Amino acid sequence: MSNEIALGAGAGLSTELASEHHEHHEHHQSFITKYIFSTDHKMISKQFLITGIIWAFLGGLMSVLFRLQLGYPDSHFYWLQDVLGKFWVEDGRITPQAYYALVTIHGTVMVFFVLTAGLSGTFANFLIPLQIGARDMASPFMNMLSYWFFLAAGLVMLSSLFVETGPFSGGWVAYAPLSALRDASPGSKSGMDLWLISIILFVVSSLLGGLNYIATILNMRTKGMSMTRLPLTIWALFFTAVIGVLSFPVLFSGFILLIFDRNFGTSFYLSDIFINGVGALPNEGGTAILYQHLFWFLGHPEVYIVLLPAMGMASEIMSVNARKPIFGYMAMIGSLFAICILSFLVWAHHMFVSGLNPFVGSVFVLLTLLIAVPSAIKVFNWLTTLWRGNIRFTPGMLFTIGFVSLFISGGLTGIWLGDSALDIHLHDTYFVIAHFHLVMGVASMFGMFAGIYHWFPKMYGRYMNNTLAYIHFWITLAGAYLIFWPMHYEGLAGMPRRYYDYSSWESFKQFAELNRFISTVVIITFATQLLFIFNFFYSIFKGRKVTTKNPWGANTLEWTTPINPGHGNWEGEIPEVHRWAYDYNKDGREFIPQTEPVGADESQH
Amino acid sequence: MMAVTETSNRSKKIHPHKFLMWMGIGSICMMFAGLTSAYIVKRNQANWEDVQLSPVFLYSTFVIIISSITMYLALRAFKARQMLQYKNLITITVILGLVFAYLQYIGFKGMANHGVLLIGPGSNAAASFLVVIIGLHVLHVLGGVVALLITFFRAFRTKVKSYSPVPIEIVSTYWHFVDILWIYLYIFLYVAR
Repeated sequence: MSNEIALGAGAGLSTELASEHHEHHEHHQSFITKYIFSTDHKMISKQFLITGIIWAFLGGLMSVLFRLQLGYPDSHFYWLQDVLGKFWVEDGRITPQAYYALVTIHGTVMVFFVLTAGLSGTFANFLIPLQIGARDMASPFMNMLSYWFFLAAGLVMLSSLFVETGPFSGGWVAYAPLSALRDASPGSKSGMDLWLISIILFVVSSLLGGLNYIATILNMRTKGMSMTRLPLTIWALFFTAVIGVLSFPVLFSGFILLIFDRNFGTSFYLSDIFINGVGALPNEGGTAILYQHLFWFLGHPEVYIVLLPAMGMASEIMSVNARKPIFGYMAMIGSLFAICILSFLVWAHHMFVSGLNPFVGSVFVLLTLLIAVPSAIKVFNWLTTLWRGNIRFTPGMLFTIGFVSLFISGGLTGIWLGDSALDIHLHDTYFVIAHFHLVMGVASMFGMFAGIYHWFPKMYGRYMNNTLAYIHFWITLAGAYLIFWPMHYEGLAGMPRRYYDYSSWESFKQFAELNRFISTVVIITFATQLLFIFNFFYSIFKGRKVTTKNPWGANTLEWTTPINPGHGNWEGEIPEVHRWAYDYNKDGREFIPQTEPVGADESQH
Repeated sequence: MMAVTETSNRSKKIHPHKFLMWMGIGSICMMFAGLTSAYIVKRNQANWEDVQLSPVFLYSTFVIIISSITMYLALRAFKARQMLQYKNLITITVILGLVFAYLQYIGFKGMANHGVLLIGPGSNAAASFLVVIIGLHVLHVLGGVVALLITFFRAFRTKVKSYSPVPIEIVSTYWHFVDILWIYLYIFLYVAR
């Protein structure tokens, strides 16, 4: 199907409607159709990005607040009380209820809103049509809906911060019974209702987006763009979408059962547990483990939803800036595929200490450790891509290399945690926090930063400031290691996560200064992110203008569009593709764009 | 010109919207797979009651199978441009869809009258699962009814005439899917009880 039709067919089903729609975009665009209810994938991606940045700011701020409690448990911050009010801060200290709420909402916001919507929402929307040579998504309308559901999810979550009993405070995993029982904690009351509504809206948004990404990649590639000529970004975003489409519905089922337990007195997760002040529950025979299974069936693939786009972008940016073909293109695709399959087969490694049958546990250990194989393939391919490359240290490239570093550091501890025997000791300690923050949290953030710095010229037709970017990179990289490295030691010593105050525990008193050190670094690193936010918004309006179509000397199709592409991306025909995306330094030429026909005496990929 | 390109390309590649529908179906399948596997896990634990399915659910199975046949005939009529027949068949399909939803409701009402506590305090998960699974399926059928009505009225617009069978084909795919899904769920709930 040709792209012209697809763009039209996306907007309306009948051809008449399509041409109507097309003209509408070519001629007059009001502020509302251009910036708010836009169906242009590039505008939607910017909406996702800026909403994601706002959420990253809020989520990061929350971590600063609870780190204040952890690092300075004896201090009183009276000024905070004036700013945040009595629910959050009392007598100058973060209240226990607020502490748990902050931890919960920080996790939820970062995993779902920032690293899922902000990352794959932004870059799938932006890069898929541009890199495969399509004028827009398969269904631009669904794409717009996807953003609006995401925004609604965010607003509902935001509103939960302001209810009287506070936002949900039972951890981002929302385990029953804390999530199923209104009387379990103040946060389990209306805060949890809003949390559930928000996440259900978010699931709808993800599904609408994910379906669209897959349909676009499989159906709307330009002439000559076979699957094995796709840039690795597209492959990664494709598998991300597949994982999302298959795993989010299962989370949805789990939430429906949760809603019935909360509101209609059923006993899926709740049993006759005894609660202080309430007595025994009337429920019978429910099992909280069932919720954990349903949750982690999404929850584990979710970490790959977060990580794969960063992997794809890292591969692309690294190849462009090392001026070398990516090492092992097919192995990269194969390992993405392997990760995609394995991600569905390992969920119970989150539940080793839940009373899981040790035999079942050993199967999950094996499958979990198998993930090390494709991960290692990817790491070695990145390292061999860098090897003897002609590296240009652009901010995007630095963040890419930082991503690989963090992925290795965090990934190695995954081998420890994936072992069910070691996990008995390490489960629910700071070791876990250190592991997943490095390998999926900060690493994916680095992938996101790399993508923003690299594609900012295409998004806004301007560059971001390099000096600020370098300061941002070095402080963030050092900060990430200084924050999370010490946590490994705390975790090995058995320091449990999610505790409000460690100073009253004889075993963990020794870490008071280490905790203060971590908290101080958190504040500095968070302040550095403000530098990035300033750089981002300043550069949109005042950044140095891009003067050539292809500033990085890259091969992929997005750099053949005009500097500020309109809706439809290419003026005139969509270019035809003749080669893969990684012909760098081939036959004595620095780069050969994908649109250039293969010469008679040239070897073809 | 656009229409020409579209028809010439249709033979080669699946329409993106149809493809979207198929993937949406895959995702709905995952949701029900999640629920039915939760059902199996729960059944193997203590406190599982044997709940008899209402015989009304068998009648509703016949109704939805017939509606699938009328849907198929409606699509054929549309392609043959027999618009009157198409109109009638779609109306019958919509009515059958609503009858199906009503029968499911009657089924639950009958079970409740026979003393089965479906939800609420003291209810058993065996019964509550039926409400969740069958209830979610009914919502999907009702979604199909809405989609049918929309395509139905769009096909009769006078301002712009559309001869494209794609929208109605997509709805019919979905309709057959919820039919097959119900047959699976019915057999599953009957056997796995």
